[in-house]
Amino acid sequence: MAEMDTSSGGGHKKGPGVKKGKKLSTRVDLTPMVDLGFLLITFFVFTTTMSQSTAMNMNEPKDDPNQQLKVKNSGAMTILLGKGNQVYYYYGQLEADKLSEQFKSTTFKDIRNLINEKRKATPIDDLMYIIKSDKNSTFKNAIDILDEMTISAVPPGHYAEVDMTPTEELMIQQTETANGVK
Amino acid sequence: MPKVKIPRKSTTVDMTAMCDVAFLLLSFFILATKQKPPEVLTVTPPSSVASQVAPDNAILITLIKDGRTFLMLGDETKKSDILKNINDAKGLGLSPAELAKWNKQQFIGLPLNKIKGSLALAKEIPADKMEGIPTDSTNNEMVDWLRSVTNVYAGGDQKALEKMLLVKGDNNALYPAFKNIKQAFKKNDIYKFRIVTNGQAPPPGSELAKTAAASK
Repeated sequence: MAEMDTSSGGGHKKGPGVKKGKKLSTRVDLTPMVDLGFLLITFFVFTTTMSQSTAMNMNEPKDDPNQQLKVKNSGAMTILLGKGNQVYYYYGQLEADKLSEQFKSTTFKDIRNLINEKRKATPIDDLMYIIKSDKNSTFKNAIDILDEMTISAVPPGHYAEVDMTPTEELMIQQTETANGVK
Repeated sequence: MPKVKIPRKSTTVDMTAMCDVAFLLLSFFILATKQKPPEVLTVTPPSSVASQVAPDNAILITLIKDGRTFLMLGDETKKSDILKNINDAKGLGLSPAELAKWNKQQFIGLPLNKIKGSLALAKEIPADKMEGIPTDSTNNEMVDWLRSVTNVYAGGDQKALEKMLLVKGDNNALYPAFKNIKQAFKKNDIYKFRIVTNGQAPPPGSELAKTAAASK
């Protein structure tokens, strides 16, 4: 197949009647074996997951009731994580008569823009993102939002995880039922 | 004029060398690939842009999908000390033989009061059948575990310990379970630990990607 007949035609011929002992080559065609070898290599290279697990730093604040952090209303953005990867947010403080106006829902896809917009609109000293996780949100959500902070290069100390208030819980519940989030 | 005869040369190439290389590479890849330890507990960690590699011999708290929590003491040099410490502190009443047997188990995933009973069994309970370390706010045994860990590492390099404390959680684990683990850390005055995640490049166009590009 891969070989070419190299015997130059009409060489020395023995006389008629003399039988030629055919010499068989000991060479084996290695092409298929090489093919197989490289095929296996390719297979192994592609199936080996190169992703190595990495470690993300977590810094927790010390719970000290005497050291409540004062946050300016104008610089605060509260991000709430709810069921079904839903994100809710509001700026400043929730006011009882403007609840539905302030309280907005979004997704993880869009939250990055919102974080960036807020960051650009606020002097860095006033900037504060308050993250609150609902009991129905997942571990992934909690990590993802912290990762969003890193992605948007929010300096440490300008975001914090805080427990949710009953009002917020109620708002989330209402929005969830209104939007049919399961 | 005599005809010039061009000798016909063989087109066959000796494949032996190529074959050798192929299989050498193949064996290299097979051997160099680190075998993942068989995962008894299936956990799909979330992804993050963190770039530090998670250490292998760590004190790893695993949070699985259904909220069960497990502990793995990866630092073999300190493992027996930690087990002994919690045995004394919580009065588990384990004999040295039982402690030695416990030391061989990879996962710790039972409430403290069930440990003695489980060590009496002839066969080790498989990790996925264990009920997990209780972490609810009324009975958070993770606090006791972490206290024993800090006791054993006390006086040592605290920075090194911080790097070893890892939490690996499943994407779908609910947040309160993770919160309980955080509480356990806080109660032991540990404010820094790390989360095991799948590394990812910063998304293009983001602030982080810009700074990363600028520093290059």
